[in-house]
Amino acid sequence: MKEFAYQRAFDVPGALALLDAGSDARFLGGGTNLVDLMKAGVERPARLVDVRGLPLNRVEPTADGGLRIGATVTNSDLAAHPEVRRRYPALAQAVLAGASGQLRNMATVGGNLLQRTRCGYFTDVTRPCNKRVPGSGCPAVEGEHRNHAILGASGHCVAVHPSDMAVALTAFDAVVSYETADGPGELPLTEFYVPVGDTPHRETSLPRGALITGVILPPAPVAARSRYRKVRERASYAFAIGSVAAALDVEGGVVREARLALGAVASRPWRARAAERALTGARADGEAFAAAADAELAAANPLPRNAYKVALTRNLMVAVLTGLAEEAAR
Amino acid sequence: MAPAPSPAYSSVTLDVNGDKHTLTVDHRTTLLDALRERLDLTGTKKGCDQGQCGACTVLLDGHRAVACLQLAVAAEGRAITTVEGLADGERLHPAQQAFLDLDGYQCGYCTPGQICSAVAMIEEHAAGWPSAVTDDIRPEAGPPPLTADEIRERMSGNLCRCGAYVSIVRAVARAAAVRAESTPTTVSTRTERAPA
Repeated sequence: MKEFAYQRAFDVPGALALLDAGSDARFLGGGTNLVDLMKAGVERPARLVDVRGLPLNRVEPTADGGLRIGATVTNSDLAAHPEVRRRYPALAQAVLAGASGQLRNMATVGGNLLQRTRCGYFTDVTRPCNKRVPGSGCPAVEGEHRNHAILGASGHCVAVHPSDMAVALTAFDAVVSYETADGPGELPLTEFYVPVGDTPHRETSLPRGALITGVILPPAPVAARSRYRKVRERASYAFAIGSVAAALDVEGGVVREARLALGAVASRPWRARAAERALTGARADGEAFAAAADAELAAANPLPRNAYKVALTRNLMVAVLTGLAEEAAR
Repeated sequence: MAPAPSPAYSSVTLDVNGDKHTLTVDHRTTLLDALRERLDLTGTKKGCDQGQCGACTVLLDGHRAVACLQLAVAAEGRAITTVEGLADGERLHPAQQAFLDLDGYQCGYCTPGQICSAVAMIEEHAAGWPSAVTDDIRPEAGPPPLTADEIRERMSGNLCRCGAYVSIVRAVARAAAVRAESTPTTVSTRTERAPA
């Protein structure tokens, strides 16, 4: 690992000033991804600005009935929070489905959003990777891509975003709030993560030098009946090969509102708007759920060795929606 | 005015098992290496050194964490508890005793991490934290019974290459039961579902 300077920030303006004070600095939250990437030589910052102690560690109700989650709230505290479990259960389930008890205690909400892909070529500095070294190539297109993207990828990068939490946040229209030296800003999560295109190294639209201060969950009564389901190659403590966050409001057997986001299928959490459109006003039955899943996955463009993910994701969407509809009918 | 560039080293005071140690660390030093190489506390084990095996689990302010991804310099100000700090004098912690009594190990390398993880996991459960296998996560539902499935899920960050999991689950259940007996005010910590 390269030598680096370490500074601790105690408030948001102080953190921004420290980051801005020289080149090549990174904010350090829980460190569960950044420290790991530094060990691997993928990240080589000259300075770390420790923001874990910033007073951004609260989950608070907003005036309009939503929640504001501070950036340094740990994943554990987010998942255990009574209002999250009551009003956005799929978010708590998504966080609990990620990593291990130890890592969830360390990892922060801000860091979770900014974690990097676990594509093996990205984390292996001896291999080319357009995300790590722009223009160097993407061996995954022809190589190991069993768990790579089926939606929204480009020939430049087929890696998937690893977060579970961000999938549920995407389904619930979460907004990222940040601070810069020039003032605060907000970005809906669906605009926060940018399409791959030919710039896979650029993952978010967060302005340079900005500090994520929190995530705002707008009020969403539909989210009270929501679920996150994750499929992986072992029962626990593994990244998803497919996941779904869904919420369903059914009345008289007809879908009034649906929220749907997919994980492990694209470079970013995938809001399934085509499926949502197909569901709205449809009968809440297996046929309609399958049609909605097909509507979303019509755009799927799998690689030679990950076509299984199209069927897996389709079945997952149908299963989760069916479960929610059965719950609504009880 | 821009702050002066800081060097690659800092003097830090680490609070480990109630004792304060002041040492100069290279910022690259993980808490795991500081504990083992600088403070001679070798109970905390290095397995994968990349946050995947749990052998280096310690408690930070009572919460379990992997010491291999925790920079020592960033651990200043936190109460660090290692496996060496669990016993009460000569009296082993109930979790340590349970692992001994029920053979919750084979080679023993992952054991300090398993025990530290179990001690904090039992507190997480008692505090009402749900897990990924908890059926009803609504706060009104209260803590789920600490079944074998719940224990396996909550302990999944601790790998055992010997595969002593069956005995580990029993030992953790025993430790949780001992804790529940000694803290009667705690909400349900039954280790098994009641017979039908």
